[in-house]
Amino acid sequence: MLATLLIVFREVIEAGLIVGIVLAATKGVPGRGLWVSMGVAGGLAGACVVAAFAGGIAALFQGSGQELFNAAILILAVGMLTWHNVWMASHGKEMSRELKAVGAEVRQGGKSLLALAVVVGVAVLREGSEVVLFLYGIAAGGGATMASMLLGGAAGVALGAGLSLLMYLGLLAIPAHRLFAATTGLITLLAAGLAAQAAAFLQQAGVVTVLQTPLWDTSSILPEGGMLGRLLKTLIGYTDQPNGLQLMAWLGVVAMMLTLMRVVNARPRATQSAAIAHPAE
Amino acid sequence: MIRRIVLAASVAALVTAASGALADAPPIQVTIKNHQFTPNEIRVPANQPIVLNVTNGDALAEEFDSTALKVEKVIAGGQSGIIRIHPLRPGRYAFMGEYHSATAQGVVIAQ
Repeated sequence: MLATLLIVFREVIEAGLIVGIVLAATKGVPGRGLWVSMGVAGGLAGACVVAAFAGGIAALFQGSGQELFNAAILILAVGMLTWHNVWMASHGKEMSRELKAVGAEVRQGGKSLLALAVVVGVAVLREGSEVVLFLYGIAAGGGATMASMLLGGAAGVALGAGLSLLMYLGLLAIPAHRLFAATTGLITLLAAGLAAQAAAFLQQAGVVTVLQTPLWDTSSILPEGGMLGRLLKTLIGYTDQPNGLQLMAWLGVVAMMLTLMRVVNARPRATQSAAIAHPAE
Repeated sequence: MIRRIVLAASVAALVTAASGALADAPPIQVTIKNHQFTPNEIRVPANQPIVLNVTNGDALAEEFDSTALKVEKVIAGGQSGIIRIHPLRPGRYAFMGEYHSATAQGVVIAQ
């Protein structure tokens, strides 16, 4: 039961952290609860479908279907996170000046919420399909231990959701005028990390076969498989043996995000937006 | 028109090269039974890509997981999965079945 609890907990927390960041990033935006709920519901439904067709997906592309599927949905999430940050950089100043955005701004906010709902859906889909496959195997296997293992699974979901909630509340404790900068930074690192993971999946699929040699190894200091390592992997894409392609994907997404945000932010009223674009200075 | 032919030819060449690379090494058969890998010590030549064909003989799903090999792959109960591993420098690379890590442990030894 404890083993089941831990595995389910790990998968739930990985999706939950992303949901928490999205919720913090959309604090005060009307309708976000509905969009995020739709993302979670869509992700759960998708997870069941993916789990049901796991064998079929895996068999695609000469046995690399699962890797390519993972890479594709990760790249989709990177795109959506970029869209959100760039959109926030161009419209966020009005919203952070006056948290209750109204009128046309709200409708436009809906577009960014759609992007984030997709991110939530993708996160839940990816981790959820692993949980569903894992628990389904247990349920199908039956036996005397089934009930206790399913109980462990339920406890894992509850614990993971609880810890994600704590992180969300922690983010909300950040003063409102800094929250925007904090969530923008978190989303930038999140997107970079997802891009690095996507790069690794493309290599695992055999699609990209360059820059595969690890650049350094910090597994003795901070192992990727440990609790802290996993947490950092989810949040910023930490890996203890990054290779050249992963590093390039990570740096590339950060550079792209910062450049795009700067460009859209510099366009109208550069002086007013400066305070929001560089709150750390 | 000529440009199109050149483009088609280079695409075809790329596809052939890619599928050639994928087909190179014959896959090494690995099975999972009772949450254990057989063989649990896999000796492979260093500096060339290798392919594992992992068959999960258990009813429960397993995730073949190795940070050292950069592989994460879920293999549903009763199914098999292809795992591609990039060329390795000589050394030992641990892997595990994440869902049953108490017993599902193994190592790839590149020589």
